Amino acid sequence: MKNTFGNKVNIFLFLLPALVLFFGILIAPVILSGYYSFFSWDGMKPIAEAENLGFGNYKELFSSTEGVNAIGFVKAMGNSLLLALLSVFIQLPMSLGLALMLGRGIKGERAFLSIYFMPVLISTVVIGQLWLKIYNPSYGILNVALRGMGLDSLAKTWLGKKETALAACFVPILWQYVGYHMLLMYAGVKSVPTELREAAMLDGATDGQINRFIVIPYIKPILKVSVIFAVTGSLKSFDLIYVLTNGGPFHSTEVPSTLMINMLFLRNRYGMGSAIAVILILTCFAFSLIINAIFKQED
Amino acid sequence: MAKDIFDKPKSGGKSISEVRRTSAVGKVFIYIGLIFWAFINLFPVYWMFTFSLKSNKEIFGENVAGLPKEWLFSNYSSAMRTGSMAKYFLNSTIVAVATILITLIAAIMATYALTRFKWKGRKLLNSIFMLGLTIPIHASLVPIYVILKNINMLNTYWSLILPYSAFSLAMAILISSGFMSEIPKDLDEAAYIDGCGVWGTFIRIIVPLMKPAVATVGIYTFLQCWNELMFANVFINDSAYKTLPVGIQALSGQFTTDWGPIGAALVVATFPTLFVYLFLSGKIQESFIAGAVKG
Repeated sequence: MKNTFGNKVNIFLFLLPALVLFFGILIAPVILSGYYSFFSWDGMKPIAEAENLGFGNYKELFSSTEGVNAIGFVKAMGNSLLLALLSVFIQLPMSLGLALMLGRGIKGERAFLSIYFMPVLISTVVIGQLWLKIYNPSYGILNVALRGMGLDSLAKTWLGKKETALAACFVPILWQYVGYHMLLMYAGVKSVPTELREAAMLDGATDGQINRFIVIPYIKPILKVSVIFAVTGSLKSFDLIYVLTNGGPFHSTEVPSTLMINMLFLRNRYGMGSAIAVILILTCFAFSLIINAIFKQED
Repeated sequence: MAKDIFDKPKSGGKSISEVRRTSAVGKVFIYIGLIFWAFINLFPVYWMFTFSLKSNKEIFGENVAGLPKEWLFSNYSSAMRTGSMAKYFLNSTIVAVATILITLIAAIMATYALTRFKWKGRKLLNSIFMLGLTIPIHASLVPIYVILKNINMLNTYWSLILPYSAFSLAMAILISSGFMSEIPKDLDEAAYIDGCGVWGTFIRIIVPLMKPAVATVGIYTFLQCWNELMFANVFINDSAYKTLPVGIQALSGQFTTDWGPIGAALVVATFPTLFVYLFLSGKIQESFIAGAVKG
């Protein structure tokens, strides 16, 4: 099987469908995005006739912050970074807590696990539409419940106010993905060798100490994956924000992805849209590297 | 690692670590916490199911959270017909099935070449494929849109099927490699000596043994494309080709004040996934763990 002449041809034939898909639809467009990002281009005329701005689009992204027609990219990036912070410091600890509680082996473990993971499977559009109803100022279940408890003053137009909109967008994100991170961490907790736990117990360690000194260090590789997913996921967030607010009110929930779509379809600025995409990819890569480095340093 | 988590025998002798030493009070607190979060998870979904069967009068005051007093199945028929949910459902199914097939064929063939043949550059090519795990779909949105527009392929099934397949490929190869490395090499060598040939070995020996990989990749790919919004939203605006996520957005604009049909549409889009989850929860969770832990 090693020296047949057909070998190389066969290898190529086996790889062909994957190569075509991968390089044609994934790699080539990424390179094209980088190329487009240097032009002032409306997407209509051939790109050869478009004006080459060099890094003009990138400069404008970071300088156009004031005024009605400002792009507001810095603000959008800030919003997505805020979502990333909230995810890492609120969502992940919740997931870890649940994973530790379930991972110790508790009655109904599988049922709890399956319920917590369920929101991950529901389409984000469905979740967005559902939360639109939950947040509805007049009939939404949230305000109805608040009024029912006599807390009328707390009932708000959650998604319509600049002050509350971003937080209101974060809640469904949290609701949907706690279960995802919990599942990964749970798998990690379950993989901790029983001998390790038993040895610690014989030494008189409490549950808290076992979690702190045995389980958490053991599942660090998974925690790293979760942090990377949470951060890059927040930077890329689109679906829920698009459904809930589409960046409004007054750009208070704008994130890079919603901005990118606006550049394409509201302003016909394809070069600028590509520049946003490029920054987004680079930021995601940079954060993955940084998080990797932080976890390495901790060892 | 992913596979043995759920296969552990449920009963049998309890190891020391399973003997609870937590105080009864602590245990009660843990259960309260767990049940509370389960309630938070379930309630919105329950609410969605109930308001899909109610009239506005019930939803808006008479009966906000209870089971419907009068079961209004007409909400479903308005969502299906006036709201074209039946059409969107069919479109999503077509796109998902085609994407899964293409992804599986491309991934299993490539995995075979990457793991069973010895050749220069296979490690390199494998790591290039794995780059695909980290590239967000945003990265290619503009060029793909421009190209599709220029060749008049916007508003076709292919405009979604091909990009979805390309973006599912890396994960599919990763998962398939794990499974293929568990198939003993002796098997295909024996088949080869028996005169099966490379392709015969692949089709008769490898493919049938890859069934568990097919299930895992299939589930993962299904969820990716069934729920995808960004590409579908940008590439499709002809309602004849809209998939469920885009269709629901359109429908919610159409029925702004009539909540029942919107609820029905949400249930229709969610039902297949949850129904399958009911029977295959372990398998589905495994496919997510496999994807994340190996990646």
